[in-house]
Amino acid sequence: MKKIILTTTALAFTAGMAFADGHSVVRMGTEGAYPPYNFINDDGEVDGLERALGDELCARAELTCEWVTNEWDSIIPNLTSGNYDTIIAGMSITDERDEVIDFTQPYIPPAASLFMGMDEGLEMDGATIAAQTGTIQAGYLAEQEGVTLIEFATPDETVAAVRNGEADAVFADNDFLTQIADEDADLSIILEPVPLGGGVGMGLREGDELIAAFDAAITSMKEDGTLNALLIEWFGEDTQTW
Amino acid sequence: MFSFCEDPSTLETFRWFACYLTNGVHMLFYQSFLVVFALLAVAAPLALTFGFLAATASRSRIAPARWVGKGYTSMVRGIPDIVFFLFFVLVLDQGIEYIRHLITCPDWDEPIRQGANFLVCDQARTPQGNAPQWIHETYNFALAVFTYAIVFGAFCGNVLYGAMNAVPRPQMETAAAYGMSGRQIFWRVLVPQMWIYALPGLSNIWMILIKATPLLFLLGIEDIVYWAREIGGSRNSRFAYPHPDWRFWYFLGLLIFYLGFTKVSEIVLSRLTRRLSRGQASAAGAAA
Repeated sequence: MKKIILTTTALAFTAGMAFADGHSVVRMGTEGAYPPYNFINDDGEVDGLERALGDELCARAELTCEWVTNEWDSIIPNLTSGNYDTIIAGMSITDERDEVIDFTQPYIPPAASLFMGMDEGLEMDGATIAAQTGTIQAGYLAEQEGVTLIEFATPDETVAAVRNGEADAVFADNDFLTQIADEDADLSIILEPVPLGGGVGMGLREGDELIAAFDAAITSMKEDGTLNALLIEWFGEDTQTW
Repeated sequence: MFSFCEDPSTLETFRWFACYLTNGVHMLFYQSFLVVFALLAVAAPLALTFGFLAATASRSRIAPARWVGKGYTSMVRGIPDIVFFLFFVLVLDQGIEYIRHLITCPDWDEPIRQGANFLVCDQARTPQGNAPQWIHETYNFALAVFTYAIVFGAFCGNVLYGAMNAVPRPQMETAAAYGMSGRQIFWRVLVPQMWIYALPGLSNIWMILIKATPLLFLLGIEDIVYWAREIGGSRNSRFAYPHPDWRFWYFLGLLIFYLGFTKVSEIVLSRLTRRLSRGQASAAGAAA
């Protein structure tokens, strides 16, 4: 039993020290629950537009990258405290977030956020609308009068809330909702689109040198058209490109 | 896994499920059951050790040792375990980083607490920011195991303290009369006899420990609850095995798993009670 205690404590105290040198790995933090931006595929690996994009950016910037998933609501604190080095999780660039972390230039152009629900004739006033905690959509709804906002920890739960009647509609990013609405006869895009956020960029700790490297890689992908090709591959022909 | 799994969209129901239940995410789901067993296998003996030390300290003749032991065991009475878990993991994580920070970066002049952030110098980050993923995972798991051991150690301490007091006093006095030293009385008379008094309480704690394992999910570890929620959520045709919201079935599965696991534990523990009761001056022993 003594041995077990020793091993456990020794592990806790030395795990970091033993590997302090070597391994120059950039840890890419994502949510893994927001298809087609990022999700865990059937093999249990991070997949999606941001996986393809992130791997290409790392290749162009000559970095060794590793993928890590983290709950959305603690994704910024865990970046600043150093659990990973970048956030690449469909995060829109906003002034509020920019105060805490730094962003690269956007890799997805600013797009309107949409409502999805079962009732085509729904009116905003008096409606109950679901959104994911800590998103720009939740922030927007909180400021609207006459709307009841219910928040959920994961994107999937916001959609489930509409399916089971808990909410009248869900408010989220365009490309997340359209692909769900396309396949579900009960759900459709309703109400007016709302333009929100300054496009989706990668988040890094303030003053991190990696920002310049990723910025350059994004620029080169915008210039040679590979970024547009990726956007069309994952979001469909109708999506906005650069 | 099977050769016919190449194109899942063409399969009939039985084969579809055979492929679906053996795909990559499900393998990770099954592996996460091992995480739960590993937690129990390490945390339970560790907690028992902590509890034993605490109970011994509570009976000590030295006042400060008694205070520490009693203080530790009495924590359980007033604080909900979920608060313990969230608190201890943070304390351990930040404590380790803070100590390493003091050692490795003595001339750091920025404040460590900046608003909601806890910022130590890069060398003190535990594990190192650029360490491979499995180190991060192992470290987080080790923190969780240690936290379980601290929390359940306090429960065990309480039970063992009571059990030590339940051993009939005349036995110790008789041992002393035979000239045994305090240490001998403790190890040869008190400890072997206390287990039967402690067993009902300890079995109870074991059950609570099993039922507390889903808290791993709260600590950010990819346990069975995490994967059940992850895989059970609805999946569109972006995935090879699209399905509607199946969380109900996955959580039902977890429910059955926990029920079965606690049932098996109950059977084993009742056998153990019978075995330990033989020849003891307790109700069960006297009847046997």
